[in-house]
Amino acid sequence: MALSEVAGSQQTERDPVVNNFSIMVATKNGSGSQTANTALLRALFKMGIPVTGKNLFPSNIQGLPTWYTIRLSADGFAARRPRSEIVIAMNPATAIEDYAGVEPGGAFLYADDIKMPMDRTDIAHYAIPAKAISIKHEKDPKLRGYVANMVYVGALAHLLGLQLEELESALMYHFKGKRKPVDLNMAVIRASAEHAAANYKKHDPFTVERMNKTDGMLMIDGNTAAALGAIYGGFTFCAWYPITPATSMPEALISFSPGLRTEADGKRTYAIVQAEDELAALGMVIGAGWAGARSVTSTSGPGISLMAEFAGYGYFAEIPAVIWDVQRMGPSTGLPTRVSQGDVLKTYFLGHGDSRHICLIPCDPYECFEFGWKSFDVAERFQTPVFVLSDLDIGMNQWMSKPFDYPDLPQDRGKVLGAEALDRLGGFARYKDVDGDGIPYRTLPGTPHPLAAYFTRGTGHTEKATLSERPADWTGNLDRIRAKFETARAELPQPIVSLADGAEVGLIAYGSAHPAIEEALSRLEQTGLKASYLRVRALPLAESIKDFVAAHKRVYVVEMNDDAQMLQLLRLHLSGVEGDKLRAANLCDGLPLTARWITETILSKEASQ
Amino acid sequence: MTAAAPAAKSNVNILGLTKADYKAAPSTLCAGCGHNSIADKVIDATFELGLKQHEVIKLSGIGCSSKSPAYFLGRSHGINTLHGRMPSVATGALMANHQLYGVGVSGDGDTGSIGFGQFKHMVRRNVRMVYIVENNGVYGLTKGQFSATADVGQELKHAGRNELPPLDLCLEAIIADCGFVARSFAGDPKHVTALIKAAFNFPGTAVLDIISPCVTFNDKDDSTKSYAWGKSHDERVNDFTFVMQQDEITVEYEEGETKAVELHDGSQIMLRKLDGKHDPTNRAAAITLLDEAREKQQFITGLIYLNPARASLATAANLIDSPLAWLPESRTRPSRESLDKIVASLK
Repeated sequence: MALSEVAGSQQTERDPVVNNFSIMVATKNGSGSQTANTALLRALFKMGIPVTGKNLFPSNIQGLPTWYTIRLSADGFAARRPRSEIVIAMNPATAIEDYAGVEPGGAFLYADDIKMPMDRTDIAHYAIPAKAISIKHEKDPKLRGYVANMVYVGALAHLLGLQLEELESALMYHFKGKRKPVDLNMAVIRASAEHAAANYKKHDPFTVERMNKTDGMLMIDGNTAAALGAIYGGFTFCAWYPITPATSMPEALISFSPGLRTEADGKRTYAIVQAEDELAALGMVIGAGWAGARSVTSTSGPGISLMAEFAGYGYFAEIPAVIWDVQRMGPSTGLPTRVSQGDVLKTYFLGHGDSRHICLIPCDPYECFEFGWKSFDVAERFQTPVFVLSDLDIGMNQWMSKPFDYPDLPQDRGKVLGAEALDRLGGFARYKDVDGDGIPYRTLPGTPHPLAAYFTRGTGHTEKATLSERPADWTGNLDRIRAKFETARAELPQPIVSLADGAEVGLIAYGSAHPAIEEALSRLEQTGLKASYLRVRALPLAESIKDFVAAHKRVYVVEMNDDAQMLQLLRLHLSGVEGDKLRAANLCDGLPLTARWITETILSKEASQ
Repeated sequence: MTAAAPAAKSNVNILGLTKADYKAAPSTLCAGCGHNSIADKVIDATFELGLKQHEVIKLSGIGCSSKSPAYFLGRSHGINTLHGRMPSVATGALMANHQLYGVGVSGDGDTGSIGFGQFKHMVRRNVRMVYIVENNGVYGLTKGQFSATADVGQELKHAGRNELPPLDLCLEAIIADCGFVARSFAGDPKHVTALIKAAFNFPGTAVLDIISPCVTFNDKDDSTKSYAWGKSHDERVNDFTFVMQQDEITVEYEEGETKAVELHDGSQIMLRKLDGKHDPTNRAAAITLLDEAREKQQFITGLIYLNPARASLATAANLIDSPLAWLPESRTRPSRESLDKIVASLK
């Protein structure tokens, strides 16, 4: 058996670090470590410790390196941290790199068959007899790899002082109460913890203790939250095509809908169709929206590209649809499993001709749920495709969330005329601005009235939806769509603003940058820099953003793309003088932003003012 | 050849409407275009069937063919979608409201080239609709390019000579498990009308590949998509009678020649062999027939394959009887308690 104490034993005693550190587990993709990691995450969460779990994985089914990071933060900060204090190396292929990456003062746990020089004196070392314990507990060689992951769970539990009962509850939750797999895994965890107790001398300061900061909170990923939001929004049609990181949204629809949306006779109040590609997926969604369904699809950047023609068509034909873009790094074959906010400009202007789309931008699973239902109201009210810009970090990682609130508004089905209204009005003009808000009235196919029908085209049409190539008809139509867009600007989710008294500096951010910004604001304040913060939640940009920029001297736009895409949109929104106050603070490295990067970037830019 | 609904013989149909009530905007296609004749036959068929126009949606892609829906059923909702993408829009619309009848009009470019994938997948899903291909072997609206159904050796002014074999859309439909595959000729209005009527009652995708000559770009006598060719080469493989549920079967055929295929709603299609061989309920035979005809450049018409056994997409999806699009909030928003339960399970 490998030594449990190597170079790190010279470390001096340190004050314990309780509930404030990160754990990174380096494994191979497809090795089954997800069960071990989610069990750890859940056990800590149920101990009342604020945690987040982020999976950094390759575009691969089996064999390539993958890293799972659990951040514990007594203060409730949820952003990724650049380095982890505790690193668990189970993958020989990355062990050297993983070893070098341990935060000074940290601890390195490694499978004892990993042979390499370990000469750092600033960290503690613990060898894990993964093979020996898994061979002893699992006769089936095929399952040993999975079981081996529980060996690091047991070792870590011992080192952190994590009670095994907490892990057992977490596994019961994971296996939905099935005793057999829980017992099998717990036997390995116990054996490993006993081995650790007998062999490890603790040289690191990291421990966990119960606290009460997760009371009432739930743990969920954004794609599942989005799907639940869609279900409570009364979605009736979904078409989709598999693409990472969007797939788990329709998959959650498929798994939750039967229980929630099946009627007494066993029939369904919804339809989900897996399309042949994203182009067909949006075609179906547009068709269903035209016919009156609450219709949704979910995709990522490459799918958005394929949807471009239908997006433009839906915009001009004025057809409601909801399109989730769970953003990832482009291009198609680039870094599909890494996060980005790179679709902002493309999605906003997607189409052909002058189209500018309504976009909702959630920052966490709570808002994914909220925008999940609200997006249908927005799409039907404004009769237009609505994009929801999520991303891989929100969509696929595990976030703590406050409980979802049941929709507080009845469904807004928009301006739809039925047979009675047509009788009363003696007809209608599909593209006429009757109410002065730019939003016309529509009828649904199937309306039993001889005046209900109209002919839908993306190309030139009159107010009565008849074909027209007259310039005045088209410019009139464009003007009305512009008016509709302005109506939307005021009615969409408004920015969330926190003003710091007397601050010269403001930060503007959106989406999954939010947790890193919150933490960065606190760090900046510790350095003496007070900054205000505005979080954009929708496009078109709200008028109030102008006031925010006007109230500050310098405004940093923090985002995860290389072209400073939101900053470009803000420049279009602001006057020249105000636009000159904007500073880019953008990073496009495929990873969720860290508070450290934001803090350092802003401090260095401020220093060079 | 068909036993039309009795009402069709008078000026008004079962709904008390005249044929003029089923018309729409005047055509803007070339005079003599086969597509105009087909649009008229859609009017005849729906009038004779007594369809309520508000229960029909008409869809199309892009191209000359796809202008057609503006020329029939003026009281039906219509949608002119994107090039080659009508199948996906139809799929969504007819799932959103599966009580509606769908009639889609496409062309050989729209279906055979840019929309080939969507066409095959819609057929595979068996979306209940009438899918008409107005097939003229040429792109008209862009002024005369080859389509994927153009003949080998066909010559066009700018494009030169076509060296590639044509796709046979009927064959492609059968391969994708279509249960109603027919070929007809725009110059044979009675046959077209009869097929459209039967197709409207088919419980899945019904594909009608109708050779519809382009008088401007592809009507030379040696083109298999010309009027002259159609008139002189039309080889009818079978004849049939569509008998609506409420009608009495009055047509009698000699024993051994006739086969009745009952549709889900109780209506029947009575098939009569003409060539003495082809059994349109035999998939392999239908494939062979088409393949041989393709090789010999024979222009066979008729209901080439018929099998109503496969469930439509809406049936397979186990949808409620009411249209999804019309469901009230009480049926689409689960209860507050159900959300509480889910939230509790995530804690």
